[in-house]
Amino acid sequence: MTGQLDQLFVSLKQWLVSFLPQAAQPMAGILLSISAIIGAFATMFAITTIMERKILGRIQNRLGPNRVGPFGLLQPAADGIKMLTKEDIVPFAADKLVHFLAPVVLIIPVALALAMIPYGRNMTAVDLDAGILFFFAVGSATELSVFMAGWSSQNKYSLVGAMRAIAQMISYEMPLVLSTVSVLMMAGTLSLPLIVQAQSGYIYEILPRWNVFTPWGLAGFVLFMIAATAESNRAPFDLPEAESEIIAGYLTEYSGFKYALFFMAEYWGLFAVSGLAVTLFLGGWNAPFPFLQWVPSWAWFFAKLGTIIFGFIWVRGTLPRLRLDQLMNFAWKFLLPMSLINIVVTAMWHFSRVFQFVGAREMRWVLCALVLAIPYFFLGRALGEGRPAKRNYKFAE
Amino acid sequence: MDLAFIIIAVLTLASAVAAMSLRNLVHCALCMVMTFAGIALTFLQLNAEFVGLAQLLVYVGAVAILIVFAILLTRSEDAKKEVRFVSSSTVVGFGVVALVAVSLLAAIQHTQILPPQSVVAPHVSVKRIGEQLMTNYVLPLEVIGLLLTAAMIGAVVIAMREPDPADSVDVQQRNGSPLKLDPDSKKTAVVANE
Amino acid sequence: MLGTGLIKGMAQTAKNFVGSYQGPERLVTVQYPEERLAPKENARNFPFLVFDGDDAQKGLRCVACQICEKECPPKCIYINKSKDKKPDYIGKPQFYPATFDIDISVCMSCQICVEVCPFDAIKMDKVFELSTTDRFEALLLHKTELAKPNEYFQELHPTEAAEIDTRFAEEKLKAEAKAKADAEAKAKAAAIAAAPKPEPAPVDGSIPTPVAPKTI
Ligand code: SF4
Ligand code: SF4
Repeated sequence: MTGQLDQLFVSLKQWLVSFLPQAAQPMAGILLSISAIIGAFATMFAITTIMERKILGRIQNRLGPNRVGPFGLLQPAADGIKMLTKEDIVPFAADKLVHFLAPVVLIIPVALALAMIPYGRNMTAVDLDAGILFFFAVGSATELSVFMAGWSSQNKYSLVGAMRAIAQMISYEMPLVLSTVSVLMMAGTLSLPLIVQAQSGYIYEILPRWNVFTPWGLAGFVLFMIAATAESNRAPFDLPEAESEIIAGYLTEYSGFKYALFFMAEYWGLFAVSGLAVTLFLGGWNAPFPFLQWVPSWAWFFAKLGTIIFGFIWVRGTLPRLRLDQLMNFAWKFLLPMSLINIVVTAMWHFSRVFQFVGAREMRWVLCALVLAIPYFFLGRALGEGRPAKRNYKFAE
Repeated sequence: MDLAFIIIAVLTLASAVAAMSLRNLVHCALCMVMTFAGIALTFLQLNAEFVGLAQLLVYVGAVAILIVFAILLTRSEDAKKEVRFVSSSTVVGFGVVALVAVSLLAAIQHTQILPPQSVVAPHVSVKRIGEQLMTNYVLPLEVIGLLLTAAMIGAVVIAMREPDPADSVDVQQRNGSPLKLDPDSKKTAVVANE
Repeated sequence: MLGTGLIKGMAQTAKNFVGSYQGPERLVTVQYPEERLAPKENARNFPFLVFDGDDAQKGLRCVACQICEKECPPKCIYINKSKDKKPDYIGKPQFYPATFDIDISVCMSCQICVEVCPFDAIKMDKVFELSTTDRFEALLLHKTELAKPNEYFQELHPTEAAEIDTRFAEEKLKAEAKAKADAEAKAKAAAIAAAPKPEPAPVDGSIPTPVAPKTI
């Protein structure tokens, strides 16, 4: 029974495909997986927008949207109708073709990235040997579309936003990729389903073997999440769209459906990168405890994904936007060294496996944690050092 | 030759031609990105997964952005000036093309043409590539690493500015010391900036 | 250390998030169409015309002097003076506005019309749910829509209304007293005129006897 529930979608797809002639079956299978992913994530996009507004509201002691439908749950439908019926304005001076292509170029790589993620047992749409490489390869194409959007709008705010976005994405891609390296080192593969497999099983038959429960995994997870926030242009790294400074950044000249596409691509990128975080650090679709294994694997995956997205929203509701120099300093002077150190720590962890004496496990833990904590302390202090002394406003008081 | 290859090849070549002939520099850059992507697709189509994805990551992700940055930061208004067909750059360009073509042709000539039955290439996993890089090809890898490090240090040295006297003046003003405009320090600051 | 501030902030927002489900008193938002805040007495936005008595059109205080029309900065008042006259609150015959329109899509709520009106005929209202689907006709308010009873004004701005009402009452009393005095004087004059003349009419150059005012 539980096995059936677990494989529900897999068997559903096989059953549907079996109606077709033999030759068309692989193609149909792929198409079916793609439409399932697109459908699922379009729904999730709708749910996330409303949940985000609700949670942000609660964080600010407000109610959030509550007018459309029961508890305001139909708000995304209203927003969608509004977006679709709005006029599509293209600036007179804009480079029409590039302006039109930018959202399309953005959504394709993001959708491709979503196809790589293992959503459950046997539920990977495209299982590539170099899955994670593919993920980053298509992810880097999003920078280009942001540039296209900003440049083709022929608007200084758009251009400034695009330049900020590119500078930010390039800077944070480095720690993003480097923080995954430790996971790849330990798993010994680039394939996402195999990485999930490497995290299955339980220590002492009870504790999950997820990467996040090791010193290097925890550090890697935190680094990855910070870099992922910046990559998906979310607060506190939302400089490319800083409303208070540059209107809406590279989105300034977009309206109607194109704007909606951008918006959706942004959220899809967020889901993709969160899904990658789940896969790399949180054990993918593995259950946290052996006695909870009756819950279907995909349910675990989406529960973890939801938790991460809640974390993103929580951070957005808390932290103010960074300044550009702080952003760059943080990436190059803190995240990058930390992720390099983390790779060394991973190697230490890997090679200290051979020690078998009593207390070796604990010692390994303490040692690795220390090697991470000490640079953390000093790099963190160095970050604060360049700060100008507290200003005294002579004429303002 | 199958259809997918023809489509990819035509797209790649067309965008390469467009990249050379379009007037707007940014359009050229975007077309070149398409060429890069087409080459990556060709690799992928040949089952060279790793190379194709690396091509995508490096060229579409990094090199393209670099080009775009370069265009935006150095854009001059005389981009529309007349194009002369015979100039020093054309001559040099043809020279480079001839050199590359000759070496490529030589390389192709010296390859043993594979018999048609072994068209299906063996599946090379990323792990195999990594092992090869770390054992047989470790020296080239290290040399490349050294070269890149040297380039990076060079870039840092170029980007590093001399400590600027104007900065200290700024900091003082920011920290609330009385605003005093010293014409001499201003002048030196301008000179230093230039 | 780096990060302590972040954790403090995150804890604060988490407290808000959980707290907003625990204690509804944290949620300060007023759910507008269902709940409303009690309006403030000195809130004001668009002008209306005050009338006394029961009949809106007869009781309008406005005498169509058109001062407000001239003073209105965006020129959104349009007045047509009547041909005939009708008595005002003290019984004096006055013109009245045959047309009195205010285009509230133009009105900037400056209250200048209220300040300049010498007859306390135009006052500021505080209705605000004026949205319509027609931005031309429905926002051009006519005399019939503008006229609102004095009781409404008393409710809206009780202090100001009370002051005006007492002043009007005093004026009315004064006017009545004056009317009575005039009537008496007239009666007296009539009686004098009816009586035989005790002496001949004064010669030129002497002070003429005061004549009773023509108007009542
Ligand atoms: S509202 Fe007042 S100022 Fe305006 S016309 Fe009437 S009496 Fe005159
Ligand atoms: S409030 Fe101002 S703008 Fe409005 S009608 Fe009166 S004078 Fe005109």
